[in-house]
Amino acid sequence: MTVNFRKSVLSSLIDLAITIFSVGAFTSIILLAAGAPPLEAYYNIFKGAFGSWTKFGHCLKAWIPLTLCACGLLYTFRIGLWNIGIEGQMIMGAVFTTWVLRLGTDSGNELFFIITAFFAGMAGGGLWAVIAGFLKTKSGVNEIFAGLGLNFVAQGFILWLIFGPWRQPGSASMSGTETLPDNLWLPQTGALNVPYAGIIITISALVITAIILQRTRIGLNLKAIGNNPDSSVLFGLHPGRNMLLAMIFAGGLAGLAGSIQVSAVYHRLIPAISSNYGYLALLVVMLAGFRPGLTPVISLFFACLNVGSIQLPMVLKLDSSLSGVIQGSLVLATLAIYAWRKQKGVIP
Amino acid sequence: MLIELQDIHKYYGSSKANNGISLVIQSGTIHGILGENGAGKSTLMRIMAGYLQKTRGSVLINGFPVNVRSPEHAMKLGIGMLYQDPLDFPSLSVLDNFMIGQLSGAILKKDDFRKRLLELTLRFDFRLNPDSLLKTITVGERQQLEMLRLLSLGIEVLILDEPTTGISTLLKDTLFSALRALAEDGKSIILVSHKLEDVEALCGKVTVLRQGKVSGEMTRPFNSEKLLGMIFGTMPSHPVSLRNEPGPPLIELKAVSATGGRAGLKDCSTVIRKGEIVGIAGLEGSGQEVFLRVASGIKKPASGTILLAGRDMRGKHYHSFMKRRVAFMPTSRLEEGLVPGLSIAEHFALRYSAGRFFLRKPEWILKAEAYIAKFNIRGNPDTSVENLSGGNQQRLLLSLLSEDTELLLLENPTRGLDVESTNWIWSQLQEQYSRKRAAIVFSSTELDEIFMIAERILVFFDGRLIKDVKKDNTSIHELGMAIAGKIDA
Amino acid sequence: MNEILPILLAGVIAGAAPIVLAAIGETITEKAGIINLSIDGSILLSAMTAFVVSYKTDSLLAGFAAGAFTGAAVAAVVAVFSIYLRLSQVAVGFVLTLMARDLAYFIGNPFSRIQGPQILPLPIPLLKDIPFIGEVFFQHNLTVYGSLLAIVFSWWYIYRTSYGLTLRSVGENPSASYARGINPHRVQLMYVICGGLLIGLAGAVFSLSTKPGWGRPQGAEGIGWIALALVIFGGWNPVKAACGAYLFAFLQVMGIYLQGWFPSVPAQVFQVAPFPLMILTLVIIFALQKESIKVIVDRKPMLKYWLRLFASSPPAALGKQFIRQ
Repeated sequence: MTVNFRKSVLSSLIDLAITIFSVGAFTSIILLAAGAPPLEAYYNIFKGAFGSWTKFGHCLKAWIPLTLCACGLLYTFRIGLWNIGIEGQMIMGAVFTTWVLRLGTDSGNELFFIITAFFAGMAGGGLWAVIAGFLKTKSGVNEIFAGLGLNFVAQGFILWLIFGPWRQPGSASMSGTETLPDNLWLPQTGALNVPYAGIIITISALVITAIILQRTRIGLNLKAIGNNPDSSVLFGLHPGRNMLLAMIFAGGLAGLAGSIQVSAVYHRLIPAISSNYGYLALLVVMLAGFRPGLTPVISLFFACLNVGSIQLPMVLKLDSSLSGVIQGSLVLATLAIYAWRKQKGVIP
Repeated sequence: MLIELQDIHKYYGSSKANNGISLVIQSGTIHGILGENGAGKSTLMRIMAGYLQKTRGSVLINGFPVNVRSPEHAMKLGIGMLYQDPLDFPSLSVLDNFMIGQLSGAILKKDDFRKRLLELTLRFDFRLNPDSLLKTITVGERQQLEMLRLLSLGIEVLILDEPTTGISTLLKDTLFSALRALAEDGKSIILVSHKLEDVEALCGKVTVLRQGKVSGEMTRPFNSEKLLGMIFGTMPSHPVSLRNEPGPPLIELKAVSATGGRAGLKDCSTVIRKGEIVGIAGLEGSGQEVFLRVASGIKKPASGTILLAGRDMRGKHYHSFMKRRVAFMPTSRLEEGLVPGLSIAEHFALRYSAGRFFLRKPEWILKAEAYIAKFNIRGNPDTSVENLSGGNQQRLLLSLLSEDTELLLLENPTRGLDVESTNWIWSQLQEQYSRKRAAIVFSSTELDEIFMIAERILVFFDGRLIKDVKKDNTSIHELGMAIAGKIDA
Repeated sequence: MNEILPILLAGVIAGAAPIVLAAIGETITEKAGIINLSIDGSILLSAMTAFVVSYKTDSLLAGFAAGAFTGAAVAAVVAVFSIYLRLSQVAVGFVLTLMARDLAYFIGNPFSRIQGPQILPLPIPLLKDIPFIGEVFFQHNLTVYGSLLAIVFSWWYIYRTSYGLTLRSVGENPSASYARGINPHRVQLMYVICGGLLIGLAGAVFSLSTKPGWGRPQGAEGIGWIALALVIFGGWNPVKAACGAYLFAFLQVMGIYLQGWFPSVPAQVFQVAPFPLMILTLVIIFALQKESIKVIVDRKPMLKYWLRLFASSPPAALGKQFIRQ
């Protein structure tokens, strides 16, 4: 027993070492090709993420929406859906939140409007997800295409709002709508200057998701349908309804992420409000092997990479997309090693 | 061409499909390979055809050892195989199917191939239209096409794996005369079957396999009793069919039509009564699979009415059928019946925890343990179902059926199982359901099984219910003709 | 109108050139049974390499070659990961699409918004003078002619040669192909890479012809997803997929015209609009394939005839893995 345990820990450590080495080698080659010193680049990413409390606070601010999206994706992956539409769901969450908060300007009842705005965000994301869900279950449209189409629509919608009805007084611009008054912001305190309410919401979402997926009938239903929709019917399950349910969970959580982007990070609606966190969350969940436990850890790591690499253009005149290259190659390397081990029969 | 197999082994993990098989096949003969399902026949043949790689042992052709690396290599050596489930391309045309695998160069010489195909069909008196899509012709015709393709490649050894399953009596006769003609031409034919009658009708010599080993050989004239002994070890006892007086109507189909399968279901009307055991016969894809799915509510009919205990079920889903105690069990266990990736215990949780929010793990582990013992399933509650053998998967499916089911619709419930498992399953079904006067409707590709178990027999042909008789009023021969679409008034 | 129409159509033909190439590349890939989901990122990465290489070497030919090579390399990763490591094609493709995009932005950063080489129009003598047709078809650059040739050639190759039949057989049933002496894995690897070559060329056409230059954003973003949708739209037939590409390009060109007619609507909306419209078309096609709707359609011969044009069935083994035992 202990020998086996030690063996498996050892082999995991070896896998981890191989992964890190190959990703490091790959990104170093890329950096050298771009004419940049690799070690300096890594050091700058590290400094960008952990250089000061404020910087780490930024990481946490990125961690919140990323983890919320990843949490939502745990549901859809469990039932076998590729919810690529999560970007659009996050955008619609942000739009609905902005809408409510704009109504709340000068209302004198800020708390009410902030809370309503969060629920509106969830509703917006959920609505967008349900549309994709209906297209999938009722008309047989692959969820990847339905989601992508809706992402494009959401992107068009947000641009229309920013350049149309919600444009800044004076001239409309890509910098977004007018900034909301600060009494409608999510309160941020402490040395980290992070919205603790957002962190609490995210942690509760994580815990609830883990319980639902592992300890309840809903989780079992999602897993059964995800593994074999045909036979799940013989067990009295409704694949269509459960798919909609999973989509609503995912969309609601993505919408919540959008709410936080508006009320705690940007304080207005900008064209890139989603910061691509939806797509990134897909990578997070894949790297976490679809396990709720690993998801927050990996999403913190990814958030730090993202925030840290913002340093690159300023210091080394490099594009900040290096973080995406590191994240992508990490996922690919992990998948490859996992598959290789499985073929060798190490993993049953 | 003389083929010798020496001490062939093939292991899948710990299970031994072939465990030291040696045999010799002379040229110009029809050699039978007998054995029940799971005896290792198909594995051995696939090794000879290069489709599978043996674990150890050797193959000698004309005295020279060869290592058959791939089907391509086997065909170069002159060995071709007709697989049990046709390995072909349903959405391509007959001619395309004929050409794939014998192409050379970039230009598609369609006309040459068409000519060659027509010549071959004439020679063997087959009827194939080169331009029809493969999915529109019958399994038997697909087999004919595949055989012609192999012959056109110039093979010397033809392996046929269960060629008579799912084809009509007429096609079978055509096939057999073609095989005899080929043997006279000096080709070696290997006929794999689990049916004694096929082998007795055709072969000069048979080798019997049992549990991965050769259990005996015999040349003409055959002694059926002895052969059965070699196939089964000891003779299996047949389950006794229970006699139930049919009760009131349970389910009634009125002019039901539905799409799906090769033929769909056309204008089907029938009544199933309480306590009946109904067997469904027909070539694969003749409408029986659609019938079972429509009657269980899995598939919605395009037109017609279904009455379940007098209640109109139009537009109702499987779930409402389930509530009225209808259960359906599909053929493909892992694809349609069980959920791969879930453990046995999780299957019981799925079945028995509907309506609850939290799952209590210890509770369903206990439940699973009880059923594992009762149904003699080789596995424990944490075993993932894809790791169970076919027979154990079937037992698990049975154990998951609700005990108060009143209408049991079973699609090929014993396919791929050995005789012992088959008997065990039938005795369980009769014990559990028939005694309680539930109705059992089952389909099977084996007429023998239908004849042994059922009291009433329905025959489907081309999507239509063409015969509905009591077992006592018919014969296997008559049913065989009906399956081929021949009914006398 | 007579003056606008040929210009508009010529714009459609030219604007669709890279989309046609990408859609055909993906069609070939999927005909072999593999989904290459990485194509959106792959196009961007190829566009970047094509631009950078032709800028550095001052050779357009080298640029196109580099683009094609990049597309093939990304496709090779998809192929090896899915065929030999048996990973989910969707997962690998999706990770690669994000990664290739970021890689393109990262490496291409120093080359943003600079003047680089660009392919020049090459009107075909005599043919260009045919009224209307000459203006629409024969006053383009080589890449556009190439895209037109690619449609004809890929159709001929897939449906009229023995290699094409082998390709289709692998996508339909790799086990059966294997039993007939074909090596499905090799065929898949080969055609995924061939498809990738075309996808890479599509990227090169973007940065050297359709939207010359490099930047973040380049303007090719999202086209890969459209190409994926076009494969379904075209029912896995390269000619129909190409028709879809022209429809999409038409929507894009119309967007520019409509912008002029409705100045009150923000320009960005017209830029984004073709994407959801294309997906919407796909949704309608999907919906019409549904069995419940088919029953209704069966009663209307006219409708049935038109629907047959869109009848699409994917290669039976698309996305499934063939495991040799």
